[in-house]
Amino acid sequence: MAEKEKREKIPRQPMPEQDPKERGKNFNEVPYGYTPELAQREAKRCLQCKKPKCIEGCPVGVKIPEFIEMVAEGNFIAAAKKVKEDNSLPAICGRVCPQEVQCEVLCVLGKKEEPVAIGRLERFVADYERAQGVVELPEIPPPTGKRVAAVGSGPAGLTLAGDLVKLGHQVTIFEALHKPGGVLVYGIPEFRLPKAIVEAEVDYLKRMGVEIKYNYVIGKILTVDELFEMGYDAVFLGVGAGLPVFMNIPGENLCGIYSANEYLTRSNLMKAYLFPEYDTPIARGRNVAVIGGGNVAMDSARTALRLGADNVYIVYRRSKTELPARAEEVHHAEEEGIQFKFLTNPVRFIENEDGWVVGMECIQMELGEPDDSGRRRPVPIEGSNFTMDMDLVVIAVGTGANPVITSTVPNLELNKRGYIVADPETGKTSREGIYAGGDIVTGAATVILAMGAGRQSSTAIHECLISKG
Amino acid sequence: MFKILKKREMADSTVCHFNVEAPLIAKKARPGQFVVLRPNETGERIPLTMAGTDPERGTIDIIFQVVGKTTALLRTFREGDYILDVIGPLGRPTHLEKLGTVICVGGGTGIAVLYPITKALKEIGNHVISIIGARTKDLLILEEEMGNASNELFITTDDGSYGRHGFVTDAMKDLLEERKDVKLVVGIGPVPMMKFVCKTSEPYGVKTMVSLNAIMVDATGMCGACRATVGGKTQFCCVDGPEFDGHQVDFDELMKRQAAYLKEEKVSYELFLKEHGQ
Ligand SMILES: Cc1cc2nc3c(=O)[nH]c(=O)nc-3n(C[C@H](O)[C@H](O)[C@H](O)COP(=O)(O)OP(=O)(O)OC[C@H]3O[C@@H](n4cnc5c(N)ncnc54)[C@H](O)[C@@H]3O)c2cc1C
Ligand SMILES: Cc1cc2nc3c(=O)[nH]c(=O)nc-3n(C[C@H](O)[C@H](O)[C@H](O)COP(=O)(O)OP(=O)(O)OC[C@H]3O[C@@H](n4cnc5c(N)ncnc54)[C@H](O)[C@@H]3O)c2cc1C
Ligand code: SF4
Ligand code: SF4
Ligand code: FES
Repeated sequence: MAEKEKREKIPRQPMPEQDPKERGKNFNEVPYGYTPELAQREAKRCLQCKKPKCIEGCPVGVKIPEFIEMVAEGNFIAAAKKVKEDNSLPAICGRVCPQEVQCEVLCVLGKKEEPVAIGRLERFVADYERAQGVVELPEIPPPTGKRVAAVGSGPAGLTLAGDLVKLGHQVTIFEALHKPGGVLVYGIPEFRLPKAIVEAEVDYLKRMGVEIKYNYVIGKILTVDELFEMGYDAVFLGVGAGLPVFMNIPGENLCGIYSANEYLTRSNLMKAYLFPEYDTPIARGRNVAVIGGGNVAMDSARTALRLGADNVYIVYRRSKTELPARAEEVHHAEEEGIQFKFLTNPVRFIENEDGWVVGMECIQMELGEPDDSGRRRPVPIEGSNFTMDMDLVVIAVGTGANPVITSTVPNLELNKRGYIVADPETGKTSREGIYAGGDIVTGAATVILAMGAGRQSSTAIHECLISKG
Repeated sequence: MFKILKKREMADSTVCHFNVEAPLIAKKARPGQFVVLRPNETGERIPLTMAGTDPERGTIDIIFQVVGKTTALLRTFREGDYILDVIGPLGRPTHLEKLGTVICVGGGTGIAVLYPITKALKEIGNHVISIIGARTKDLLILEEEMGNASNELFITTDDGSYGRHGFVTDAMKDLLEERKDVKLVVGIGPVPMMKFVCKTSEPYGVKTMVSLNAIMVDATGMCGACRATVGGKTQFCCVDGPEFDGHQVDFDELMKRQAAYLKEEKVSYELFLKEHGQ
């Protein structure tokens, strides 16, 4: 008991990070991560609960107290291996998981003080292992002779591929873009998730034997049925929710108005922030409005700042409490000087003679009765219109289901919003042998949920392939 | 990596023709579809229409005009060199139907885009009258190919150095006056030209298809860079097009959107010229 009390006395260890003023000018990662000393101190806070609540909050069931105990003891490599038993992308999840609503929210320490920094520790062990260059390959069983195709190399497809090669199946990922990672590479910016980390994780999969074919837009170059004809025994669709949603208000097609997908793809995937070293251009605004309040909006706003904007506004139609973005992202954005305009909604965009956006007419909102989602519905206040001067606008109000693939698979059941209907336990779709998971099933969600879906489908596919003999 | 098997320069070296090894794309591609290519690691993704395909040999043809950094860079590629990424076939294929008499109008490099469509329209039994034009004789491309792909061929040059003196729309107007049986006009070229083709055909009530060359990034419907207003609604050129009913297209918006990066394009191109000692 004495031991336990002593542990509780240590405060949650902060993670060192770049100064907000400095980092607003570069694309380097914001937090530096724990040092081994900080990690050990933080790990010692964990009470090693007999019935650890934290695990229940993790969609893939990482053995949290076990790995944390190893960190406390200084066995960082063993800790990394322990995490990887359940989570094949810990360096990524440690950075981007919404821990405050998943594992950490359930940590018992959180009742009296701050929860154990599970995400920071997970990130630490994965980074430590990679830095030591000791990422060992697991033993791969003899080939089963079964072949699986994964469409899309986002977290869902990568997880599925890793799981299935470890079981001796042959896996090919077909990716539409020229780089692997899905949103991890085209959406989430470098300053939040360095692309070298995604590359390292993908390299690891390749070394295990996963084959990745780039520039394959399935539904165009090959259909899913043709994949079966080529001899694949099962096909997993992890194509994400790649369709930008616009607001359908006047002036939305003016120059200088981007969907967040376009803005972030130009900057991240095409490296437009390094223009003209890289050829893809991106408009640099002085006064930038980002419409929306999720992670995507925060990423867009912080990107605009780094591209040299004087003023960056997050324009959100509800209030601060309803912001769907992770608390840490909002905090980082505020620190960097992003300005929040709550209860504000654009109604039209104003242009100059060249067709560029120069302003935005908005209307003030107030919160009414709760809607289906339980959040209070924003209602416009009649006559409260006002205009803001803007020379760049990024629309980050959500994404939808891209029909390129779903429209080319006959008899694949979709819901009324165009997402694939799949069994929540196994990812089975209405078509035999076709599985689906991640954002194309759930709508825009999280990295870890997409990984969880990949994991479930890999288990189901494995059982099916083995039972067929 | 996609190997360039053959290279040919035309129109005073302002236009380049590549025959590229891409067996799967060659097998799948239909007239009207395009590829996106990225020449090298630091390169931009640009869309180019397939001017032809050879499924047996496993090759595709692209014909591009040198207008800026990426196309100038591509022109430096030689036979045997590799293009880093080629993605396709993209976009909806042309809707091909036997209608009767059809006019195909092409301007500049648009003729390369028009060529496979012309050929396909004739093959399914239409009577195809083609009108192709360029600023001047030396810039006219694919005259022989278009001749073979059409039942009748008319040529115009802006300066009168070859064929009829004037614009393609002048020849087109005369044809529409003469022949009352024209069922479809296909117009492909620079946006101002397509706009005038549509203006010319409108009074005759002849359906007019155009191919919109909006600025693209992914070309899979993921980013919305390529949006255009057609019939009052926003469409993504890469997945909903590139062909649309020209009488519904907001060409002025398209022209403004195409000019969105003129400043950056100039920076890129000048840097390229400096690096290549030009
Ligand atoms: C800007 C941004 C920030 C985010 N921040 C966070 C965060 O902090 N934390 C968090 O947990 N989540 C975050 N998310 C959400 C998270 O990234 C997604 O939920 C997750 O990536 C979904 O994974 P997925 O595997 O389903 O699909 P995706 O990551 O979308 O990957 C799908 C892949 O499939 C490919 N593809 C699509 N169609 C085809 C086709 N026809 N043929 C071949 N390939 C195809 C795509 O090119 C893509 O590579 C963020 C999302 C965005 C956009
Ligand atoms: C569906 C489609 C099919 C096309 N087919 C052909 C073809 O067969 N032959 C041909 O010569 N050209 C074609 N184009 C146009 C071609 O893509 C552009 O000329 C090329 O991108 C110019 O790039 P650049 O770097 O050399 O010039 P830049 O100096 O970068 O640009 C010159 C102009 O080209 C346009 N452009 C620039 N970047 C892009 C981009 N990423 N996507 C689209 N347009 C862009 C802009 O209007 C710009 O002002 C097609 C365009 C589309 C959308
Ligand atoms: S994977 Fe995510 S939810 Fe699970 S323990 Fe790690 S940070 Fe927490
Ligand atoms: S709930 Fe908190 S204290 Fe308990 S085991 Fe999990 S991390 Fe440790
Ligand atoms: S180019 Fe991205 S949606 Fe068309």
